[in-house]
Amino acid sequence: MAEDSSLSGGAPMHRGPYISMITNRTMNLLIRAAMLFMVGVFLALVLNLLQVQRNVTLFPPDVISSIFSSAWWLPPCCGTAAALIGLLYPCMDRRLGEPHKLKREWSNVMRCVAVFVGINHASAKVDFVNNVQLSLTLAALSVGLWWTFDRSRSGFGLGVIIAILATLATQLLVYNGVFQYTSPDFLYIRSWLPCIFFAGVITVGNIGRQLALYEYKVSQEKTHQD
Amino acid sequence: MNEIQEERLRQNISAAFYRHGLLCASYPVPIILFTSASILTCCYPLLKLPLPGTGPVEFTTGVRDYSTPSHESQGDLSERPDWYRGPPVAYIQQVLVKAAVSPWDNSLVPVDVFRSPLGRVFSVLEEIRNHVYTDRSLEALCLQVTDLLPGLRRMQAVLPEHGCLLVSPGNYWQNRRDLFDADPDLLKTVHQHEPKGLHTSATLKDLLFGVPGKQTGVNLYSKKRVVTYTITIALSSYDARFVASLRARLKQLHPSANCTLREDHMVHVHFKEEIGIAELIPLVTTYIILFAYIYFSTRKIDMVKSKWGLALAAVVTVLSSLLMSVGLCTLFGLTPTLNGGEIFPYLVVVIGLENVLVLTKSVVSTPVDLEVKLRIAQGLSNESWSIMKNMATELCIILIGYFTFVPAIQEFCLFAVVGLVSDFFLQMFFFTTVLSIDIRRMELADLNRRLPAEAGMPPPKPGPLRPRETPPPPRPSPHTITLQAPAFRNLRLPKRLRVVYFLARTRLAQRIIMVGTVIWIGILVYTDPAGLRTFLAAQVSEQSPLGEAGLPPHLGVAPVFPGGDPTSTLSGLPAPEPTPLPENQSQGHRAAHPEVAPVSSPQITWGPEDEELWRRLSFRHWPSLFSYYNITLAKRYISILPVIPVTLHLSPQEAIDTRHPQDTHHAPPPSIKTSDLQTDLTLYKVAALGLFAGVVLVLLLFCLYRVLCPRNYGQNGVPHGRRRRGDLPCDEYGYSPPISEISPLLLRGHSMDIECLASDGMLLASCCLVGHIRVWDAQTGDCLTVIPNNGLRRSSSSGCWEHRDGWDHISACEAESLLGADFREPGGGAVGGQDVDIFPIRRRTTPARPALFGDQPDLTPLIDTNFGLSPPSQALSSSGFDFGGLVEKAYQEHEPSPTLAFPPSPPPVLPPELPPQNNGDWDSSVWAMELRGNLIATGRSSGKLELWDAVEGSLRCSNEDGVSGITALAFLNNRIVAARLNGSLDFFTVEITKPLGLLQYRGPPGRGSLPPSPCYSSEDVISCQLTRSVQCAHQKPITVLKAAAGRVVTGSQDHTVRVYRLEDSCCLFTLQGHSGGITAIYIDQTMVLASGGQDGTICVWDVLTGSRVSHVYGHRGDVTSLVCTTSCIISSGLDDLICIWDRSTGIKLYSIQQEVGCGASLGVISESLLVTGGQGCVSFWDLNYGDLLQTVYLGQSSEGQSVRQLLVLDNAAIVCDFGSELSLVYVPSVLEKLD
Repeated sequence: MAEDSSLSGGAPMHRGPYISMITNRTMNLLIRAAMLFMVGVFLALVLNLLQVQRNVTLFPPDVISSIFSSAWWLPPCCGTAAALIGLLYPCMDRRLGEPHKLKREWSNVMRCVAVFVGINHASAKVDFVNNVQLSLTLAALSVGLWWTFDRSRSGFGLGVIIAILATLATQLLVYNGVFQYTSPDFLYIRSWLPCIFFAGVITVGNIGRQLALYEYKVSQEKTHQD
Repeated sequence: MNEIQEERLRQNISAAFYRHGLLCASYPVPIILFTSASILTCCYPLLKLPLPGTGPVEFTTGVRDYSTPSHESQGDLSERPDWYRGPPVAYIQQVLVKAAVSPWDNSLVPVDVFRSPLGRVFSVLEEIRNHVYTDRSLEALCLQVTDLLPGLRRMQAVLPEHGCLLVSPGNYWQNRRDLFDADPDLLKTVHQHEPKGLHTSATLKDLLFGVPGKQTGVNLYSKKRVVTYTITIALSSYDARFVASLRARLKQLHPSANCTLREDHMVHVHFKEEIGIAELIPLVTTYIILFAYIYFSTRKIDMVKSKWGLALAAVVTVLSSLLMSVGLCTLFGLTPTLNGGEIFPYLVVVIGLENVLVLTKSVVSTPVDLEVKLRIAQGLSNESWSIMKNMATELCIILIGYFTFVPAIQEFCLFAVVGLVSDFFLQMFFFTTVLSIDIRRMELADLNRRLPAEAGMPPPKPGPLRPRETPPPPRPSPHTITLQAPAFRNLRLPKRLRVVYFLARTRLAQRIIMVGTVIWIGILVYTDPAGLRTFLAAQVSEQSPLGEAGLPPHLGVAPVFPGGDPTSTLSGLPAPEPTPLPENQSQGHRAAHPEVAPVSSPQITWGPEDEELWRRLSFRHWPSLFSYYNITLAKRYISILPVIPVTLHLSPQEAIDTRHPQDTHHAPPPSIKTSDLQTDLTLYKVAALGLFAGVVLVLLLFCLYRVLCPRNYGQNGVPHGRRRRGDLPCDEYGYSPPISEISPLLLRGHSMDIECLASDGMLLASCCLVGHIRVWDAQTGDCLTVIPNNGLRRSSSSGCWEHRDGWDHISACEAESLLGADFREPGGGAVGGQDVDIFPIRRRTTPARPALFGDQPDLTPLIDTNFGLSPPSQALSSSGFDFGGLVEKAYQEHEPSPTLAFPPSPPPVLPPELPPQNNGDWDSSVWAMELRGNLIATGRSSGKLELWDAVEGSLRCSNEDGVSGITALAFLNNRIVAARLNGSLDFFTVEITKPLGLLQYRGPPGRGSLPPSPCYSSEDVISCQLTRSVQCAHQKPITVLKAAAGRVVTGSQDHTVRVYRLEDSCCLFTLQGHSGGITAIYIDQTMVLASGGQDGTICVWDVLTGSRVSHVYGHRGDVTSLVCTTSCIISSGLDDLICIWDRSTGIKLYSIQQEVGCGASLGVISESLLVTGGQGCVSFWDLNYGDLLQTVYLGQSSEGQSVRQLLVLDNAAIVCDFGSELSLVYVPSVLEKLD
């Protein structure tokens, strides 16, 4: 790591300041984390707005007064989670040595994000006959999302693990009365929540991998030069 | 078995796609017409769908047979809209009160116009509240409301809570007469709730008065002196008898004469779902994601003629497939119930642009030399399998979605399926055809470009052949700007400039302002039609000839008595109106009124416009009223009952009685004229303000423009002939690069075009078509030596040139047998003898070249050093620039040197300048030339290699081992490598034998500094020995030969690149990767090897391992030259494009489009400065940003001359050929940068 940074610092003449900044690994990590954090915050705000509109989630009434109608802690939490997941995915890819091979383009990532928002939209707006149907549909959609945009076993595993953990955390939060769902059907929460978490993890992982691609490219070229 | 079947299927699909591609490319126009027709046909059912919008929808029914519609839809009533089900949210009953004090007399103050009429509202209210019809009271029927929304606490005092929703102007005073009477300033009370600034929705005044603000008449300057207001009652259930009795009661109490309002219709108003900000944010987000998706997708389209055109076609394909899907679904009876705006982005994402991009990529990557038809067909068939597979997968996924049996998802899936199919159809027909047209255009443009620009003949059809983006042909001024319009360049400008350019190019600011204004006006008209429409109506009615000319003026003066019948008054008139409609009579009457005498009694008239006065209210009037009580009207409807007219006539006495003591303190009423002005004052104010803002904006933009574009932007009339040399080209936007004077130094002397150019940093050697070699000082530009074609020999003793052609013919055969590799062999004696034998022929001169080569070396006409600014004159020759004298002096100095040089040499003293010539190659031309130290190596078409002394101009050695012409030479560390036409490669070693007694002798004078690498003094005996000859280095002629870092790299037309080690001439690698002949090679000290070929590809190789690092497809046509810096590769091609690639990743950073026929020569001066040769000029570019720094014009009449060769010298000078001249350009700024 230190070697890397010194190397890139030692050869600033070769590249512009932007490239050398990206080459710097810690800097790169920070930038990526910040970007992922912002993506997470943004998605949390927008998607929560969808849920609050349809009275799916209830927050204490005094908080609901602004557009940021949920609790203040929610977006930062989502942002942090997004940053962690988004950094974890490329890292895991590198560790496992099986890089993500599917079409790695920004247009694909955008498509993935759009589908994710669509899944949320459907969960909030489409009127289903019963909750089981809703949950099953969303689960199928989430797996479809994984198959379309990820297709890596590691991605699936990580997604499932994080979805389970997040569901547990939400259960605890609701149990302690921080907020509540209007019509819980899976202990204290809605049964489609794990699916949403899973889809979110896949999406954020996709973004993280795409962001990491830049660093990967630069470092690849560097090793080649050496 | 299964695999075989799959393979067969695959082949079938591929063949079908191939045929389809041929069809599409063959008949583009009919197919596009057919597709457009089918799109339009499929979209036709969309016309029946209501336009999207949030405006309310109305439905009118009769009052008499009204019954609350049931919840079930009844199919029998087809005209009944589907929202008209179930009871409405409320029935709105309005009581329209028109009140006036009449007759008006001058003792009354302006406040009297509305104080007593408003005061009467309380009695009417009382009447309504207390009205009972068969034990039904208003309390039982009216809509009971609860709390106001928490955010509306300031309205609590005004709007009713916990009771009937009944609003009237009385609410301002809590419906209490005593508060009203005690109110000193009614207007202030009314207006204190009005919001400031522009408002588009209903205000409190509108809500309470129930009529548009202008019509209430509650102001001090009312012309009509009639006060209008409504009492609005919201009923929860409709009791026809109660309403009828209320109507009868009020009419009876306050009869309205001449009232012809229709009372038999009730209007049901349905409100669409409102989109709040909270719903808008996710929607906007999805659209942003959609646009990002489209952006990232279309960005990948590359290598086509018009990127934007294809991107547009792709988007059109997707959008029209969506429209087709909706249209088809509608056609087959499925009405869309989903919110189109919401699901639209998801549909686009599901259908996707991928196929389109894959198609483009596949077609583009087919071989360029094929016919367009075949390319399209091949591209299609290559991707056919994956397209079909993807399509099948998507259809499967969507079908799975269909079986979720959720109505919304099913509908979505249905749309998606139809959309996918129609998208496939459009891709196959529409997009493929567009692509074929695009590719054809590109090839035409290529063809056009390949025609040499010097040919001078204009293309027969310049219009269709030229790309659309190219500007009109250059102006016939001598110094045209060599760059194309910046829009065509793909540059990296500084960000700030790019933003400014973008703004300027698109005129974004102006367009935004324009669009903003239009939208604003649209919003005004749409949301608040009352104000504008009434204003317009008033204008029209005031100016209408009907009102002014149609009625005699005395009509308005006639007093209209309260309760009097106006029709009787009218009947007495001659009634000259051309269109005497009964409704229009009263209106015309009223309209004529304002024109009459200042003091007139107000009169109350009822016209059809009063029937549905609520229509003039904002369409958000009712939703906002109900939303105060948290009742939403979205997707619901209200029923508006016919209005109950109430006319109140008050006597002046009554008005005086109800006066508040402060009322009289008000100023007396101003004259009608001024009041007339006053009413319109707001309008004028707004207009003045707008005008002022506009002027300020214009001034601001003008200043901005002056600041940003200080030069003559947009002035086409600037005569370009006035542009001096060195004048900088000004951008389209007036941006000009920083000026630093760079004046080229022209080196003249050659009589023909310069063929070869070589330099070692200090010296510069050039060779022209005739074969004359000239050596110049690279620092000063002085001509040091002239070596004529070797048919002419210079005798150093006499200092004259002599023709030797006759000798050559005679001695050809003998010399060939006599001479080995080294002419300094002892056998030289015989040679010398032969030389003596033919001596007499020496003196013979041919008449062909008598002028140039006289007896005396009069070099003044040859060495004409033009310094650009002062014209060449006779004074030059006599001044210090007389190089003839200088060279002569140098000759004098060296005259004794031959005798001094060879005392130890073998007895037959042979002057080195008289080497034996063996064959008749004086007419063989120089094909390659290299310069190291002060030795010039020339390779001739006859296969002869010669070494010349650069300073003395004497032939030091020559070698005729090969007979095939030398196409390229490399001279590196006393080794010379010659590539020959037959594909063989010869390695020579230059050996220097220092003469014994003269080791201390210094090198040639005339140049201050010592040349770098091997320095050969003129006394050294130089021999050139063939060490190795690789006979079949390549199968075809070697085109490029480069040597650096101990490696020799050759490129040949046989598509391969070979790497040899210089020391042992051993072939290390044969690099294969190109699919065309090699045209350019770059290798430098860091062992970076890049090669470019005729196929337009550029390969980067690892010289150590022989592996290919990257392979990019960069140019259409040959790669003409290649240069690398430490971070990037710069290539230029026959397509006049200069591409800059990232060296390690092979990603194209950007490209520069140059003018036709001038992109061949490249040079890198420093890490960030690129120099390119153009038509009579050289251009300097900043490599980091790709912007043009400067263009230096080489000569005055430089039209047809293009710079073909360009050398960068060590001292930050560049030298380039320029017809028969050489041009030496110093770049002083770079020197500073380097320091």
